Amino acid sequence: MHVKGLVKKGEYYDSVTLMMAARRIAERPGVADSAVVMATRENKAILAAAGLMIDACNDAGDSDLVVVVKAEQAAVVDDILANINSLLRAKHGAGAAKTVHPRTLEGALKKLPDANQALISVAGRYAGDEAMAALRSGLHVMLFSDNVSLEQEIELKRYAREHGLLMMGPDVGTAIINGVPLCFANVVRRGDIGVVAASGTGLQEVTALISNGGAGISQAIGTGGRDVKEKVGGITFIEATRALLADERTKVLLFVSKPPHESVLEKIAEAIRGAAKPIVATFLAADGEAVARAGMVAAATLAEGARKALCLSRGGKLDEIDRAAAQRDEQLRAQARQVAALLKPGQRFLRGLFSGGTFCSEAQVIYQHRLAPIYSNAPYGGAQQCADALRSVAHTVIDLGEDEFTVGRPHPMIDFSLRNKRILQEAADGETAVILLDLVLGYGSHPDPVPDIVPVLEQAHEVARQAGRHPVIATSVTGTDADPQNRSVVVEAVERTGTLVFESNAAACAFAGHLVEGRS
Amino acid sequence: MKELFGQALKVINLGLPSFKDALDALRVEAVQVEFKPRVAVSPAARAAFRDHAEAVAKANEVALARVLAGQPVLCGMGRAIDVIPGMQQNVLLHAGPPITWERMCGPMRGAVMGALMYEGMAPSPEAAERLAQSGEIAFHPCHEHQAVGPMAGVVSASMPVFVVENREHGNRAYTTQNEGLGKVLRYGAYGPEVIERLRWMAGTLYPALQSAIAKLGSIDLKTVIAQALHMGDEVHNRNRAATSLLYRALAPAVIEVADKKTAAEVLNFINGNDHFFLNLSMAACKAVLDAARGVKGSSLVVAMARNGTDFGVQLAGTGDAWFIGPSPVPDALFFKGFTKDDANPDIGDSAITETGGLGGFAIAASPAIVQFVGGSAEDAVNTTLQMYEITLGESTSYQIPALDFRGTPTGIDVCKVIESQILPFIDTGVAHRLPGVGQVGAGVLAAPLEPFRKAYEGLAMTL
Repeated sequence: MHVKGLVKKGEYYDSVTLMMAARRIAERPGVADSAVVMATRENKAILAAAGLMIDACNDAGDSDLVVVVKAEQAAVVDDILANINSLLRAKHGAGAAKTVHPRTLEGALKKLPDANQALISVAGRYAGDEAMAALRSGLHVMLFSDNVSLEQEIELKRYAREHGLLMMGPDVGTAIINGVPLCFANVVRRGDIGVVAASGTGLQEVTALISNGGAGISQAIGTGGRDVKEKVGGITFIEATRALLADERTKVLLFVSKPPHESVLEKIAEAIRGAAKPIVATFLAADGEAVARAGMVAAATLAEGARKALCLSRGGKLDEIDRAAAQRDEQLRAQARQVAALLKPGQRFLRGLFSGGTFCSEAQVIYQHRLAPIYSNAPYGGAQQCADALRSVAHTVIDLGEDEFTVGRPHPMIDFSLRNKRILQEAADGETAVILLDLVLGYGSHPDPVPDIVPVLEQAHEVARQAGRHPVIATSVTGTDADPQNRSVVVEAVERTGTLVFESNAAACAFAGHLVEGRS
Repeated sequence: MKELFGQALKVINLGLPSFKDALDALRVEAVQVEFKPRVAVSPAARAAFRDHAEAVAKANEVALARVLAGQPVLCGMGRAIDVIPGMQQNVLLHAGPPITWERMCGPMRGAVMGALMYEGMAPSPEAAERLAQSGEIAFHPCHEHQAVGPMAGVVSASMPVFVVENREHGNRAYTTQNEGLGKVLRYGAYGPEVIERLRWMAGTLYPALQSAIAKLGSIDLKTVIAQALHMGDEVHNRNRAATSLLYRALAPAVIEVADKKTAAEVLNFINGNDHFFLNLSMAACKAVLDAARGVKGSSLVVAMARNGTDFGVQLAGTGDAWFIGPSPVPDALFFKGFTKDDANPDIGDSAITETGGLGGFAIAASPAIVQFVGGSAEDAVNTTLQMYEITLGESTSYQIPALDFRGTPTGIDVCKVIESQILPFIDTGVAHRLPGVGQVGAGVLAAPLEPFRKAYEGLAMTL
């Protein structure tokens, strides 16, 4: 054992510094014992008792520092004594500006006393209570979390209604309030079209289409999918509608949802009776006549809803828009015919791989009565439940956002890996005529999709070509050039792979439908 | 909702930080909440607080106003048995919530034995131990006799105590004279030198200080503490400035009332003990907080105290009830030769300083001891900042220079503790777990959750 030390004459350190230094020395590997103390009589006695007394210490006094280290290896001792100054002065982090986040809503309100909106995305079992606390503090709430009980959802929405607050969600992914995109949303122009949507992807699609079409959004309010069901009774849907009807900046309303429950549709009709503003409704797969009877302009697809709202916002005529849409469909049919001529006879089926659940539903609405049989893991309208979500048969459209794919992994709008694998699987299938995709941009989605998707698209084309087939991949890109990913940049990169990019999911679906119609 | 559409959006984001990042990129004002799931309390209690939110808020306003208005003044001294209400010869006061001899930790047993020998009730440690467990001695919490004691906090009948009066409210608080560091009674030491020092404190220090204080009339403790905070004390683990200020106030009077030799001894004793003021900062807080007791429905914490076995909490709205849970072992820096294995669970009434908005709550005012909280001044500032989340208000007298002289976080709200899961941060000394050894280190700890959970549920039942 080596016991060595030194005395620093007249150097005063407070006891806390000495204890810190002692701890740092004791933590060094190889140190058997050590002492960093002022050389008081008491401390000298302790050193002696511990076998750490050194000669130099005899003459030292109260105002002298003594450092003694005991170790098996002399090098360990020497190294510590040589570096004693830095050990005495060692600092913890140079004061890098750490932000302390408040731990509670209340603490946050102290920091931002005039806050008016809460975004809540904590685990569902806590989220409901937090949302209620936010409402009680007078905040409007966007509740992103799912797994909030139906009872709690109703309680929250009733409370919000009584207190003039906007309660979006639970399970709401998208909203644009006062021009600010919240959670999963796109950067769109401001304008006079107000949107109420029970579907997140649907809201993104229509707001992006409207913005890309040159008009803008006053407010886009998400309600959460359960809102239009019988039990919740459309509380938020109706309150949002009333707010938009009263809002001076809003000239046209656009509703996006799966068909509301009959009783909810009645309530909506009641709320909009006599409204001076035109209201367009895309209630996917709803009976258009019932929607019209309820006082709304029915639209079959998201794109049609956006188109009609845009037209009304400009004071245009709806029949002109219908004619233009018919022309566009004719173009898509012609394009499909040209591509179809390049396909092998065995390439008969459509394979849709969607990251947006609403896009998967919209596809099924478009193919209703046109493609049969069509299979899906999320059947909607006339589609049939597929036996195996991992393996396509005939025409298949898959929602990769369903639980079977997302348990324990991020949403497919953020993490492409699962769908990328599936794209290659479909490309290798000789029966595949067209792979139909969606690509959703905006905040919340994959921040830089190009490097993740482009190589796979190239590879998929290559796989089909190697097998002597003509590869066809069709996709929409939901977003705007103002999105952080920039739609134009993404579209250009995707098109360079030979992938066909369409202006909307409805257009991509229509093209793919025309392509496979009559082939099977 | 119309209002929302007209306003600039200002967002509180509770959950995924990426949503806040997006808002930052868009230059939308937003605050991130670092969310932790809430404490599991009985749903009935939570509902009771929800239903009576207004009444509780009103009660807390009353209680907090009393705390902020408190005027603690050192106004005299006396023997415990003469001045402390309910004090008797066979009673020993101790720190923390009630405890029996059987459950007492080592250092408290040591202090009890020392006190019995000091009182002449037992000739030896063995005899003292026998007497302590005989049932002839009653053990009462200091807090139940308007008193506070650091560490073991043992007060016996003939010990001299300071008398602190809350001039605003008229109530009084009592505390012993601080013995200094090392082998001292409050850390559980009971050797001859401990008893000898106590005798000197009663025979020499006490008469001199009593006469000096009488001569001065009184010493305004609120002013001393406020100044000390500007000088780097938080008046729990650091009392150097406050002790110096007290010394300046006392010295001329001591010299006038005592003979030269006594005056020199007395002043040297105070000068040699940087913690001399600690007992007074505790009594000052005690006098102020006691005024808030008995406010029905108030969730303001009026006492946090540890007996070395249990950690106890009392609320303004729950009368004399103690809510207790096991006392944790502090995270400490240890003196040479000691480790965490030697440490006793946290002990002492000194957490009354944190209860009063000082100590750990004011650690941002005390850069000299930030090593205890991680070593950087920023850590200390962050610690204090976090305490604002669990307090009802800010001191109107005690300020923190580093926070632009913001008042210290004052008036712990048990509801906020439960809702935020931020536990009160306490500076502390560490006693050896065996009787007779003394102090082995100093450090910090977060108060344990359990007593606060029980207090929350306990108050809910009264609503």
